[in-house]
Amino acid sequence: MKVIRSLIAATTALTVSAANATDLEVMHWWTSGGEAAAVNEFAKAFNATGNNWVDAAIVGGEQARSVMVSRILGGDPMGAFQFNHGRQAEELIEAGVLRDITDIAEAEGWTSMVNPPSLLAACTVDGRVYCAPVNIHSWQWLWLSHKAYSDAGVDVPANWDEFVAAAPALEKAGILPMAMGQQGWQQSGAFNVFMASLLPSEVFMSVYGDKDTAVAGGADVAKVFKAASDAREMAANSTVQNWNDATNLVITGKAGGQIMGDWAQGEFSVAGSVAGKDYSCLPGLGSNPRLSTGGDAFYFPVLKDAAQIKAQTELATLMLKPDTQVAFNLKKGSLPVRGDIDLSAANDCMQKGLGLLADGALLPDTNMLVTPDTNSQINDLFGQFFTDPSMSAADAQKQFVDIIANAD
Amino acid sequence: MASGRPNFLFRNKTAKIAAIPMILTALFVFVGGTAWTVTYSFTKSGLLPKLKWVGFAQYDRLWNTKKWLVAIENLAIYGICMLILMFLIGFILAALIDQKVRFENTFRTVILYPYAMSFVVTGLVWQWILNPEFGLERIVRDLGWESFEFNPLYNSEIAIFGVLIAGLWQGSGLVMVLMLAGLRGIDQEIWKAARIDGIPTWKTYILIIIPMMRPVFITTLVIVTAGIVKVYDLIVAQTSGGPGISTEVPAKYVYDAMFTAQNLGQGFAASTMMLLTVVIVVIPWAILEFGGTKKSV
Amino acid sequence: MSNIGNITNNPRGPKPKRVLSRRNIFLYGTLLVIGLYYAVPLYVMVMTSLKGMPEIRMGNIFSPPMEITFEPWVKAWAEACTGLKCQGLSSGFWNSVIITVPSVIISIAIASVNGYALANWRFRGANIFFTILIFGAFIPYQVMIYPIVIMLREMGIYGTLTGLVIVHTIFGMPILTLLFRNYFSSLPEELFKAARVDGAGFWSILFRVMLPMSMPIFTVAAILQITGIWNDFLFGVVFTGPEAYPMTAQLNSIVNSTTGVREYNVNMAATILTALVPLSIYFISGKLFVRGIAAGAVKG
Repeated sequence: MKVIRSLIAATTALTVSAANATDLEVMHWWTSGGEAAAVNEFAKAFNATGNNWVDAAIVGGEQARSVMVSRILGGDPMGAFQFNHGRQAEELIEAGVLRDITDIAEAEGWTSMVNPPSLLAACTVDGRVYCAPVNIHSWQWLWLSHKAYSDAGVDVPANWDEFVAAAPALEKAGILPMAMGQQGWQQSGAFNVFMASLLPSEVFMSVYGDKDTAVAGGADVAKVFKAASDAREMAANSTVQNWNDATNLVITGKAGGQIMGDWAQGEFSVAGSVAGKDYSCLPGLGSNPRLSTGGDAFYFPVLKDAAQIKAQTELATLMLKPDTQVAFNLKKGSLPVRGDIDLSAANDCMQKGLGLLADGALLPDTNMLVTPDTNSQINDLFGQFFTDPSMSAADAQKQFVDIIANAD
Repeated sequence: MASGRPNFLFRNKTAKIAAIPMILTALFVFVGGTAWTVTYSFTKSGLLPKLKWVGFAQYDRLWNTKKWLVAIENLAIYGICMLILMFLIGFILAALIDQKVRFENTFRTVILYPYAMSFVVTGLVWQWILNPEFGLERIVRDLGWESFEFNPLYNSEIAIFGVLIAGLWQGSGLVMVLMLAGLRGIDQEIWKAARIDGIPTWKTYILIIIPMMRPVFITTLVIVTAGIVKVYDLIVAQTSGGPGISTEVPAKYVYDAMFTAQNLGQGFAASTMMLLTVVIVVIPWAILEFGGTKKSV
Repeated sequence: MSNIGNITNNPRGPKPKRVLSRRNIFLYGTLLVIGLYYAVPLYVMVMTSLKGMPEIRMGNIFSPPMEITFEPWVKAWAEACTGLKCQGLSSGFWNSVIITVPSVIISIAIASVNGYALANWRFRGANIFFTILIFGAFIPYQVMIYPIVIMLREMGIYGTLTGLVIVHTIFGMPILTLLFRNYFSSLPEELFKAARVDGAGFWSILFRVMLPMSMPIFTVAAILQITGIWNDFLFGVVFTGPEAYPMTAQLNSIVNSTTGVREYNVNMAATILTALVPLSIYFISGKLFVRGIAAGAVKG
């Protein structure tokens, strides 16, 4: 009897420990095919630890954020969620609803390994780390269509100045010099690319980092506004809304080029275009190859359940491990946050990006330097500038100075 | 009646108990929620609601922001045009279909089906149809009219009318059906009497039929106006507020402020202004409606 | 035999209508032209959903597909990626049903009782509450999210189906109450008075006298609510957890993904699929719907 009882007890103990797989809800906005494949890498790795990734995908950054905040406000937080690198989660950290993962960061040695360090710094408050950065996306790319230029009979430009100079030839051939979607974020994105690529880094940092209005209103920045004016002229007939419709114009040779982030790579691959043959990618517009390091990071709300907390720890730890970084970033088309891994399977443009990363030719993304409110105002300003030919570069610069003056 | 119950609270007791959900909703949700919104519009709330008072600063910024002013203007233009056109088209279609046409079911379904489709994709489809590269303009040009221009969505001045076309398409079906039902409720005797009296058809409609349909008109008016004030999804799907900010509307301003700019205080200030406007319109109407006698409707 | 005499005299029956009379041309012509305005977008959507992506990239939205393919439809229903799950719309279908059915039933039940109380049983303050409701119809949903989240949290039902049903009931209340109130007001008062005289109370009059006469208006309300709740996205994701997201969340993910390849054909197919439920409700209840709001439809 005693033997049987202890046997039963032993088996029960076994089943109980096997059933210790914790469900952890992870919320993100990676909903398209390519993104889903990337997220799957994280999920696979997490499920391999014996836990269960419960996927909560909501499309669109703003919608996802509103749902995230509602859940936290409603007292039913998820296990982990995605935000962009930067100041978006600032208030949540201040409100104390996010978990301090400095212990994990220290145990894994993130501070020595995350490149650039600004990624971690963006979510470090009072010396405590609150996020796990997972990738780097950069904006400073000019994508050019070889077909468009050969149709117009000119060489493919190698930098911004040549690009502007080749515009009349393209127009004569009935080709749109520059494609741009009519949405504020794309237009202000282009502006920020000019800021990063056409000026020395110090100027960029003093405007966005120090919020120096004198520099913002000065002659250097005026050059950038001139470039924006040129872009406005070149993209005047670009009657598309979405960024990928604009990329499509470049892919099909109907437009000469587009300023867009590295995620445009995916469109070219899906359409079967070959880098170097059908299209070229110029980081930093070919002029001043610097990449801004935007991207995504995961944050972890404060939870009460011990099993869930353990699961959070496991998730945070694995996200920056070399294998997961390689697997995830290859599928996502972004650059890894670790400087010490091998991504030779990456394509041509990504290799260029990796090279720049290794050289440290980097700038923090505006998301890290200014609040979403300021970003939103800048988006609105450039949305207006690009669609209103009567707004002069000087006017726009004045309004820009006002926005910087009010930024905190 | 028992004399021990003079208290007005107990009269119609069952009715009051049955109306408890309505009372609770009205008080806690609508009044309470609005009070909460107004309160926090005087704070510097960012992503989370915070009680950091800043007085009228949010309102100050609101009225100095071009985007808000454009949004209000757009809402006025869109609203007035929508109201007039919806009622006109809805009523005319209803009157036409009421003439005992064959295939009534088909016509009615074709006109009503847009109401079932969510804005998310219909906005996109209209964006395509109104696109000069591959939409209507190109088709007509291909047919021979070389100089035909129909490009509202990329013209800041008239982009809002492009949105109007899509909004009308989506909502007029409901108005038509509401009007049709109202028409069907008119006694045939009325028509016969009018015909005997020799009143022309159009006069019958305007002077006799429409006044008889007052309840239906009021219901429809509330539904249409509420939809206009809240218009958001359509704008986002079709133009994202563009080109530039020329198709911004208040509801989008609120949403963008709250979730994109992560500036709740600003969003609440904007919605308080919207709610204020609604109050200014609804209260006089309510006094008119309910200040009168029983059976007013 | 006695018929023969009649043949030569007055013809019987109505004068045969000429099909191509001016009135008919005007009538059907107008309807057809206006009908085009409504039908063209559907045509574009269906055509696009049957094309392959390379064909769509060429940009002829009005031309029929050169090669018809049903793959977008299959993909939309069962294979499209909406985050980690690549099961298309089907994963959210039952969730939508589970959310819609109780929400529609409860919101209509409560609003109809409200309308009935307002129309037939006057009590102090009733009109004030009704005015507040109408005011509530104009409030944009986004503004109300946080206060309601906080309220549900305090009540302990945030994140549950009950909470979501309550939210849908609250937001449906203004328009539906107006609808029912106007309808019940237009019913002949004699019926109500007669029942009161017979000694019937609040509930028995409602169930035995009012409801049997109101099937049409309930159909209208059902259509309004089913369309609204089935197509709702915001409440469905704010007030639930990921296992319970309605189909619109998947639809949104398929259609709105920004940093990914846009498969327009799948988007169109997905939209049509999502709309099929409200559309079929329209078909089934078509005739009923129309007779619904008729104020004087009942002859006393």
